[in-house]
Amino acid sequence: MSAPATTPGGRRASRAGPWIVVVLAILYFLLPLVATFEFSLSMLRGVWSFEAYKSVFSDTRFRETFTFSVIAALVTIIVGSLLIVPTAYWVRLKFPKLRPLVEFITLLPLVIPPIVLVFGYLRLYNSSSFLPFTGSANGTYVLLIFGYVVLSMPYMYRAVDTGMAAIDIRTLTEAGESLGANRITVLFKVILPNVRAAVLSGAFLSFAIVIGEFVLASLLNQPAFGPYLALVGTHKAYEPSALAMIAFAVTWACMGLLQLAGRKRTARRVAAPLAVKPNQGSQA
Amino acid sequence: MSFLSIDGVVKSFGPTTVVKDFDLRVERGEFVSFLGPSGCGKTTMLRMIAGFERPSAGRIVIDGEDVTDLAASRRRIGMVFQAYALFPNLSVHDNVAFGLKVAGRPKREIGPRVEEMLTLVGLPHLSNRYPYQLSGGQQQRVALARALAPSPRVLLLDEPLSALDAKIRVSLREQIRALQRELGITTIFVTHDQEEALSMSDRIAVMSEGRIQQCATPFEIYNRPSTRFVAGFVGTLSLIDGVRAEGAGAIVDGTRIELSETPPVAEGAPLTLTLRPEAVKLEPSSDRPNRLTGEVRDAHFMGSVVRLDVHVAGSSVLVDTFNRSAVPPPARGERIDLYFAPADVGLLADRPQT
Ligand SMILES: Nc1ncnc2c1ncn2[C@@H]1O[C@H](COP(=O)(O)OP(=O)(O)O)[C@@H](O)[C@H]1O
Ligand SMILES: [Mg+2]
Repeated sequence: MSAPATTPGGRRASRAGPWIVVVLAILYFLLPLVATFEFSLSMLRGVWSFEAYKSVFSDTRFRETFTFSVIAALVTIIVGSLLIVPTAYWVRLKFPKLRPLVEFITLLPLVIPPIVLVFGYLRLYNSSSFLPFTGSANGTYVLLIFGYVVLSMPYMYRAVDTGMAAIDIRTLTEAGESLGANRITVLFKVILPNVRAAVLSGAFLSFAIVIGEFVLASLLNQPAFGPYLALVGTHKAYEPSALAMIAFAVTWACMGLLQLAGRKRTARRVAAPLAVKPNQGSQA
Repeated sequence: MSFLSIDGVVKSFGPTTVVKDFDLRVERGEFVSFLGPSGCGKTTMLRMIAGFERPSAGRIVIDGEDVTDLAASRRRIGMVFQAYALFPNLSVHDNVAFGLKVAGRPKREIGPRVEEMLTLVGLPHLSNRYPYQLSGGQQQRVALARALAPSPRVLLLDEPLSALDAKIRVSLREQIRALQRELGITTIFVTHDQEEALSMSDRIAVMSEGRIQQCATPFEIYNRPSTRFVAGFVGTLSLIDGVRAEGAGAIVDGTRIELSETPPVAEGAPLTLTLRPEAVKLEPSSDRPNRLTGEVRDAHFMGSVVRLDVHVAGSSVLVDTFNRSAVPPPARGERIDLYFAPADVGLLADRPQT
């Protein structure tokens, strides 16, 4: 035996280390969840029941605000995709040197708090300004959607840009053009279908963000789910836990869909032999 | 009037000029190759014909129409890329149908046309597959069918075989050529592989540093290279320095060499003769009056052929002889005589700068 006797013990110890960390992490995440879940089930004294959930679902404001936020999220996704997909495509195709700059700009919403954004909006678009968006209900809604698009931009752009990196958009564009398609046709018939999975994963992230968003919605005074959540949290005992669990389930459902979409994309990328050796050597 | 003409095209990227003063006339149905080392501007010139790059100067005319400023999508050209560039989300059928759909052809025409094209490239049974389910050779044939489906005026191929392995490369190049003949489509084929260019083309434009060095048939390019570059790039050629002698002759190393034509330089002026390794023999005969003597530097035994590197008057002359089991090849350092016919001696147009 070349290895000393400490090896087996040492190995066991080094394997136990990561396991301890994993178990601690699981406990750290699961305990509050389990506690919340348990609490949400204990509205009726002495028995476990879904009473709190019943109470939540029977509240018309829950349905209204949740529907409002789901629709806002979908509109955000559509507007965001229409803005981000052509931008990412154009930058990659025509101005690859500008990519770091564009990437930096799209990351700004992560470092600038939404409160700054919303105060900027209120200053710029108040009812006595050139563009009095906040003067009308529709205008305020438009502002909210724009705000959401900005908030989800870092995720959307990243996802779409990564999706475009996986396919050779330049050559595909040229192939499409040589077959008689103009840029718009190429974008919708060639590029978009091939980054669909990426757009979807960006969309799910946007959905998760918009569903629980509080700052923009409450400062723009919109009947969204986030402010409702906060309101319930301050006035009720058991319902907030039930709402938290519902929000949690919705978020995880989004993540699950994202995983599915992502898996499809990876499968295709691995299977497609697009990589080609550069044409060097073998001359004369 | 030629079907495709390229007049004085120049392309610069910033300060570097990549294509210089490019002139070419291609007849209808002709197969022309751009041959040259990597980085010499072949792809750039092809992309200008396709409309993906705009020339800095000059004109490109297809079938009488000046397309220099026309968008790629409106040129009616077919393009095949090195990386296949099939649309990954579309089936083989839909890939081939893409150009037809974009052109707004009626549905009842599209189906049969796609079938026809896939049959032409020998893949009618794969129309429901997706690109990732195909081998490289199959993908490239689908790409060819896709490019040909809308009946383009010119077919452009940019090193379409470079990503394939050797065996498929050879069979596919024969297929491409047969197809091109059958359809009679005007074709530009870009390659850095001389064998490909020589075996497929009606004419080859040999390029170096953005310029056409020589544009001629494969036979002429191989046997009568007009510049030192072409001589060096295409095939293996020995260059022998000498001076012009009286009549159709040259003096090399004090020996008179008979030529088949009178060199276009003054008597006594330096010139460069060319010889293919397979034209030189070790035995004299009546049709090989020329003789040079040299020292064997090296003998490469390559199986059926033995290639000798013989040092003659400061030049290295390569000789290919057939292997004969009864006679071992000459040894290094041995002095041997080389015999060759006047008709096999070439002359470089660009004379040595001395
Ligand atoms: N878009 C571009 N910008 C700058 N330089 C380029 C561009 N495209 C090609 N080049 C340069 O032009 C030269 C010729 O390129 P290319 O036409 O691709 O050569 P080939 O196809 O013969 O290998 C290369 O030196 C290359 O770096
Ligand atoms: Mg090239």
